[in-house]
Amino acid sequence: MAEKFDVIVVGAGPSGNSAALKLAEAGLSVLQIERGESPGSKNVQGAILYSDALEKLIPDFRDDAPLERHVIEQRMWVLDDDSFVGTHYRSDSFNKEPYNRYTMIRSQFDKWFSERVQKAGALLICETTVSNLLLDGNRVVGIQTDREGGEIYADAVILADGVNSLLAKKAGFHPELEPKNVALAVKEIHFMPQELIEQRFNVKDDEGVVIEMVGKITKGMMGTGFLYTNRESVTIGVGCMLSDFKKQKITPFELLEQMKEHPSIKPLIQGGEMKEYTAHLIPEGGYKAMPDLYGEGWMIVGDAGMFVNAVHREGSNLAMTTGMHAANTLIELNAEGLPFSKANLKRYKAKLDESFVMKDMKKYKNMPDVFHTNPQFFNDYPELISNAARTMLTVDGVDKKTKERQIGKSFRQRRSIFGMVKDTFKLWRAFE
Amino acid sequence: MSAAIKVEEKLFQNRYKVDAGRPHISIIDEDKCRNNCASQACITCCPAGCWTMEGNGQVTVISDGCLECGTCRIICDDHRNVAWEYPRGGYGILFKFG
Repeated sequence: MAEKFDVIVVGAGPSGNSAALKLAEAGLSVLQIERGESPGSKNVQGAILYSDALEKLIPDFRDDAPLERHVIEQRMWVLDDDSFVGTHYRSDSFNKEPYNRYTMIRSQFDKWFSERVQKAGALLICETTVSNLLLDGNRVVGIQTDREGGEIYADAVILADGVNSLLAKKAGFHPELEPKNVALAVKEIHFMPQELIEQRFNVKDDEGVVIEMVGKITKGMMGTGFLYTNRESVTIGVGCMLSDFKKQKITPFELLEQMKEHPSIKPLIQGGEMKEYTAHLIPEGGYKAMPDLYGEGWMIVGDAGMFVNAVHREGSNLAMTTGMHAANTLIELNAEGLPFSKANLKRYKAKLDESFVMKDMKKYKNMPDVFHTNPQFFNDYPELISNAARTMLTVDGVDKKTKERQIGKSFRQRRSIFGMVKDTFKLWRAFE
Repeated sequence: MSAAIKVEEKLFQNRYKVDAGRPHISIIDEDKCRNNCASQACITCCPAGCWTMEGNGQVTVISDGCLECGTCRIICDDHRNVAWEYPRGGYGILFKFG
């Protein structure tokens, strides 16, 4: 007789760890399978940690979690070829504990999180790839791993296997991802002395800065760039929709190289030592692209379920929250002596609908379409805005009224009044 | 400033445990890549430069430097010609920082 658990969790990222932690704390027998040599060794993120979601799971996480810097300043840059127009928001209120968000390094963070999970009683097996789900009819009854005699059974399987979501796809629960619903992000980590980072970004101690960027760095593709300060390193990257990469025949690492050469960015990473280059897909298809989230004996959490708020650059917090709700659903059903059937797992969806997760997913459901069909937001406007700022700030004997007229004309020529009104309306509708 | 050299320099910083002789990505039908695919987006868009065009026009993949992102599989949406699995447990890219 093969071994059987109450629940198997596939994957030890934020969603899988959150689910496994909750289940183990509630006394269910939990097996967690991770394909990396240790949790985190296959995982990639920017990375920003939002405290709220983690706090609900591990209230004392700040005591020993490996955090880099708490964010006190957010910069939003719109870049032209050789300039940027930006806003910086810095507030000392972000310096009051408990801090709201941090930069982090995922391989370290995931390992720490997993230790908490194991301490709670879950059994973790690493270096093991789950190759298939075991099905009895349409009911998931366990997993097939790549180890010898690798069939393991459970009453429920939580799929926390990441953006590619191979297991649910192989089982026929959802089709292959479409290029328009995923972004490809590439990034590098550059190490430099702590003092240098503090001088360069005007911070002290463990204060940090994040820069989010749009504009010509993505060559008209729907996407963003970012730069985050860690304790002794800076993470820099750029991500764009895969459909745009394909259409425009752009090579991602060349895009990153060119972004690093931008005169506003280059000085920020100068002198750093590049220690790792990573690539990762981000499921940015939004609400309309979400797969079925549960069925007979299974639930999907985190990136595998398309749980990313692309507009607000949120993902790991949604992952943790979905993992927590999936676990709570099973804990409740278990306590009530009810089977983990599709009809009962509907509660998972109800919990998500009640939480910020689905409310936000729904709120931005039209955003991907708006940006896919209106490349001017990534192309024309950044250039126009930059030119406008340059025109107004260049003192050259031309009077300001004439300059204003020139700027107005440049906008009308590129987008027309009607076009601009429509664009405003589209954005307003998408954000509404 | 060749792009091919640059990505190798980047990948050189990474840690891998290569599963020698057991590539986790393969082409299902090589003729399809050669004759039916105009875009060959895999070659352009793979962030690790794993996909190349041979002199004889054949597309090949060497997955040793793969970052396991999934781009090549998803971007081949016109042909679905990429067989893509995760490496065996413990093998493949091992992110130091992630």
